[in-house]
Amino acid sequence: MTKIIRNIATFFNERLQVQPLFDFAKKKKVPEHSYSFWYYFGGICLFLTGIQVATGVMLMMYYTPSIDAAHESVQFIMSHVKFGWLIRSVHSWTANILIGIIFVHMFSTYFLKAYRKPRELTWITGFFLLILFLAFGFSGYLLPWSELSYFATRVGTDIAGSLPLIGKWLKTVILGGPDVSQATLSRFFWLHVAILPIAALAVIGIHVLLVQILGMSKPIGLDERKVKEISFFPDFIYKDALGWTLILVLIGIICVFLPWEVGIKADAFAATPLGIKPEWYFTFMFTTLKIIPSHVLFIEGEKLAILVFMAGGLFWMLVPFVDRRAAREKKSPLFSWIGIGVSLYIVVMTILTYTVPRL
Amino acid sequence: MKTRMLGFAIAIGLGLIPLASFAQKNSCLECHKALEGKLKAPAESFAQDVHQQFGLSCRDCHGGNPAEDDADRSMDASFKGVPKRAQIPEFCARCHSDAAYMRTFNPSLRVDQLSQYWTSQHGRQLKAGDAKAAVCVDCHGTHGIQSAKFPKSPTFPWNIPQTCGRCHADPNLMKDYHIPTNQLEQYKESVHAQALFDKKDLSAPTCNDCHGNHGAVPPEVQSIASVCRQCHPSTGELFSKSPHKKAFDEIGQSECEACHGNHKIIRPTTDMLGTDEKSVCLQCHDAASAGFKVAAALKELNDGYEARYQKSLNLLAQAEKKGVEVSEPKYRLQEANTVLISARNLIHGLSVDDLKKTLGEGEATLTEVEKAGAAALDEAKFRRTGLIIATFFLALFGVALFLKIRSMRKPE
Amino acid sequence: MNRRRFINLFFGGSFLATVGAFLFPVIRYLLPPKQTEVAPKKVAAAKVGELAPNSAKIFKFGATPGILINSSDGKLLAFSAVCTHLTCTVTFQADTSTLYCPCHNGRFDLAGNVISGPPPAPLETYQVDVAGEDIFVSRKG
Repeated sequence: MTKIIRNIATFFNERLQVQPLFDFAKKKKVPEHSYSFWYYFGGICLFLTGIQVATGVMLMMYYTPSIDAAHESVQFIMSHVKFGWLIRSVHSWTANILIGIIFVHMFSTYFLKAYRKPRELTWITGFFLLILFLAFGFSGYLLPWSELSYFATRVGTDIAGSLPLIGKWLKTVILGGPDVSQATLSRFFWLHVAILPIAALAVIGIHVLLVQILGMSKPIGLDERKVKEISFFPDFIYKDALGWTLILVLIGIICVFLPWEVGIKADAFAATPLGIKPEWYFTFMFTTLKIIPSHVLFIEGEKLAILVFMAGGLFWMLVPFVDRRAAREKKSPLFSWIGIGVSLYIVVMTILTYTVPRL
Repeated sequence: MKTRMLGFAIAIGLGLIPLASFAQKNSCLECHKALEGKLKAPAESFAQDVHQQFGLSCRDCHGGNPAEDDADRSMDASFKGVPKRAQIPEFCARCHSDAAYMRTFNPSLRVDQLSQYWTSQHGRQLKAGDAKAAVCVDCHGTHGIQSAKFPKSPTFPWNIPQTCGRCHADPNLMKDYHIPTNQLEQYKESVHAQALFDKKDLSAPTCNDCHGNHGAVPPEVQSIASVCRQCHPSTGELFSKSPHKKAFDEIGQSECEACHGNHKIIRPTTDMLGTDEKSVCLQCHDAASAGFKVAAALKELNDGYEARYQKSLNLLAQAEKKGVEVSEPKYRLQEANTVLISARNLIHGLSVDDLKKTLGEGEATLTEVEKAGAAALDEAKFRRTGLIIATFFLALFGVALFLKIRSMRKPE
Repeated sequence: MNRRRFINLFFGGSFLATVGAFLFPVIRYLLPPKQTEVAPKKVAAAKVGELAPNSAKIFKFGATPGILINSSDGKLLAFSAVCTHLTCTVTFQADTSTLYCPCHNGRFDLAGNVISGPPPAPLETYQVDVAGEDIFVSRKG
């Protein structure tokens, strides 16, 4: 077996001259220490993205992005296409799991201060990836054209519309018109299957390349005696693969026992369902907007909240440059506390959305 | 020049219109608002009154001079004061029975309420000298009267049971009249109340739909059936064509009420048919009679179909719970449900043959649904089996990886 | 067979089995299903000449029943046959040229509007097109 593989490798090497790449891969090492468990999460994000691309491409074979047929085509996939229920449920569940893992990956790199020099660009590209994948989630959610999709999109774009100055224009551009309509569906489909994938591919490419060039970051002040090194290929890859296998099993079980629902077709003239909310990963922002008082000092509560979120996002993106201590390889407890605060806020607000009956 | 004058006139007009409010001085409201309790209440609630919205005021019903601030001078010779209970119907009818006058406000309003009222039990009691009998204000209110189209009005459909019940469900009030006081309680348990209160179906019958509004009387035995036929004509038609019609007419028995009751009309089931003690048929037919045999046959047919329908419903629910998409069989089941509704209706026609025919169509649909349901359950099983196999392979692979990892060179 | 070879074989074999377990659903998915089209927007409700004037026919439209009417003056009309009161199926009454719901005496005219009875809203009107021998019904707009 290995002889065959070696022959194939030699074939390609003689024609593509990729031997330097193989040499690099062979030499690449990954540190192992008490925190190295967190290293796996980046790879899991990549793996889940791969699943999304594969299942998404397959869904495109049967999905129709027209308001007369979108919902019906999803229904068709769920009931008539062989294993359609599986492909679609995997796509919907994995989307949520992926965003969850992205948050884990983001916070684990944050707390380990992996963003510090020289990895600032890795962090910033990662931030862009967070935004891109949230956009994936938002655009994809509309595509089944169900009641929940329609109203969640309406609520979400209403919030965009409330931004000062550019709000109204922004909302019209996002929706392709004044309301959620066929124009919106076409637009979101275009984003979801063309623009966002191209952008994500490019940014992931840069992000992964940076990781390859710079190697894995080690926690500040880690005792070098406690650090071992294992080779990336094949040892770390096997460990990666084990994690991926476990996740696959998890996804399989979830999709068989909890297939994603088809829902009711969207009706623009129906009343907004009570308790409509966006998907869980937006709820911490959504609930903030709901509970903030209508006026704080002289500013409208909602506008203030949006401004704070935008400022917060900017801060978060630029944290590698703000955290001077970490840049000097010094422990940075202030930023750890900020991280705890932010993650706690997100967790509490998310739980609040689902536990308090009428917010 | 002309335009300038017109503009001037409009400006003055618009500017001075607010002053017109001073012209409509209403000393009644001004004084009464400053009083307490019972004397203050009319002034406060009048703001919501439908009469106020049409530009009417205290004087239009009670007389008096609202331009006068002095109490004695305002309550002048034309002042009628508070009418006695027995006079209230005519007090209101002064306007409400005047077709020409009412036309100026709302041409579509009826003007026969008073004449209807005198035919009602309430009206007759009042004429006989009973001051406790219901008059206009008992149902419509006094000063905050709203149209029956408004949900807060005591005469809005879902408030009517409570309005009638205020007297009719009060044993103390009703003790001299020797009629039951459990109608409201009974009605609340009925399927009509459920439609009205729970499903908010405003077309569901409430007290006035069967008893009448202003000419309210309990429907006579002969007329009960016509009342029910207003909404249930097909059932009525079937009944009229059945042997029951002649029989019921001969013994002077009220048609629908005999089996379904009057106020507590609950969702009928096939328990009402058939042969055990819950059966209404036993009220007239004894065990040996032909009618009895028909009852038993009807029940058996219906129960058989209903059981099969229920089984299919459960089958689809099971499949759905297991995650299989069953919206198409569910649609077909809806058709079977339509047959079931129609079958229950057909019972009133008492024809076993007709019932068999109708149920036959439904049976065919149910066979289809059962097939689809069974296929869905098979699909659920197939998915679980597939999951087990895939998980098994993945687990094997996981073990292989684990072994590989363990056999790796010790990390440097 | 030494330990190392066993592990490699086990690894390779289980990997192939897993890949197979994934390829199987993917390939089945890509092969066309029996019912090739999503519930069509357009349904052939009847054949031309099938309905006499002043008569009607119930047909399946997607997931709900529809009713196709040939009016007394020869016009073809189609509506959703689901009564807007409590979802019973309406019927056509030739003597009054109205759509009638037997459950609670609801009545609609041939524009779908409620004439009498408890239904709170009109029946949804469908578009009728004749193409060759077939009468097609589709959702409006």
